[in-house]
Amino acid sequence: MIVAKGLTKQIGSKRILKGIDLEIEAGDFVTCFGPNGAGKSTTLKILALLSKASSGQLFIDGMDVSKHGDELRKKVGVISHNTFLYDNLTAQENLVFYGKMYEVPHLEKRVEELLEDVGLTYAAADTVRTFSRGMQQRLAIARSLVHDPPILLMDEPYTGLDEMAKGILNSVLKQLSLSKHTVFLITHDFDQGLEQSDQTVILVGGRIVHRCDPKGIGREEFRQLYLKCVEGA
Amino acid sequence: MNFASKVQVLLWKEVKSELRTKEMLSAMLVFALLVAVSFGFALEIARDEVTKILPGVIWVTLTFAGILGLNRSFVAERQNDCIYGLMLCPVDRSAIYVAKTLMNLLLMAIVELIAIPMFFIMFNYPLPASLGMLILVLFLGTYSFMVIGTFLSALAASTRISEILLPILMIPMIVPVLICAVQVTGGIFSGDLSGISLYLKLLITFGAIYSGLPFILFDYLLEV
Repeated sequence: MIVAKGLTKQIGSKRILKGIDLEIEAGDFVTCFGPNGAGKSTTLKILALLSKASSGQLFIDGMDVSKHGDELRKKVGVISHNTFLYDNLTAQENLVFYGKMYEVPHLEKRVEELLEDVGLTYAAADTVRTFSRGMQQRLAIARSLVHDPPILLMDEPYTGLDEMAKGILNSVLKQLSLSKHTVFLITHDFDQGLEQSDQTVILVGGRIVHRCDPKGIGREEFRQLYLKCVEGA
Repeated sequence: MNFASKVQVLLWKEVKSELRTKEMLSAMLVFALLVAVSFGFALEIARDEVTKILPGVIWVTLTFAGILGLNRSFVAERQNDCIYGLMLCPVDRSAIYVAKTLMNLLLMAIVELIAIPMFFIMFNYPLPASLGMLILVLFLGTYSFMVIGTFLSALAASTRISEILLPILMIPMIVPVLICAVQVTGGIFSGDLSGISLYLKLLITFGAIYSGLPFILFDYLLEV
């Protein structure tokens, strides 16, 4: 379970987050929408323990992140539009490297399984710099799952994906949802975002201006709601 | 898995990557050898004069060769935002700094092993009698400028002008180290070791201070 209380982030004189309160139950799939500059990526960075909030509190599984950072990092996986992959290492070497950093048991087998899941077994020995954007993003999905994190945070993971990669990502998300992983997804794509969500939040100007259970709400209805929130803020 | 094991994994990644590209080593080595050859041909001076100028030439060459390597040190981490991948890992962030420093020291050791004999050949200068002392001062000087240089390279890499910023930040910080290293090396070359103990002590002191600072500040630096 993730609980954020009054998270703010200030860089210089600019207040990026102005008090984010968020409660995500274990196993929930939460999608975050918002215009550019709303503070979505900053929120994700704080939830991923990549950045510290200027004020406010964040608890993951009841533990304060300011005190249990290293322990909690094992529970979090991140997929971003940037891949966090080393261009000069092969697909397999990248996964082995991250696996060792997370102390994954039976790493060789785990890497083989992941490469198969994302359809990259044939390219395991190729350096990442030779990969297409879609292949890199598929490998990034494998990287984020190498330690089987119970919480997965995703920042516009569909950016630049081909249809095959989108299909793989969707099937991974479905699997995660079925196996009760907690997912926090940032996207601009209503179709992808609403499909599996238990909860949606709309972030505008560093504040959550709307939250709802999207089930039973049509896409066009949600789009109107979103535009109203953005224009009204 | 303890701190040392994580450093080992990070170092494995650095070595593997460098072996594949040889980006840093080739730049550092070619620069150092070019300087050795250029000065060797350009300066036709008596041995007494060589004793006075060679320590300075060697240390300035090593400093700039080091800066060339340091400029590339954190570039791979900024590509594809790999630094975030590392920051997500459950590891004390100073392990990232330690692994980078060890890699940079390893590269400098290779450069020194090849370039310094080249200086002796090009200047037709005999190896000093106290070779052990020369190795010690090379280690102390290189260690001091690499520990602070690696930290500053992480700082500079997060800016758009990293290649300009790094020497501007680094050279004023390492001037005391350079002065001490040149003085000790000069003493070794001239065979007069009587006046070098103070400079040797200063080198050790700078090494200790420069080792401590990054451990305190590196986590904060990554946040910024």
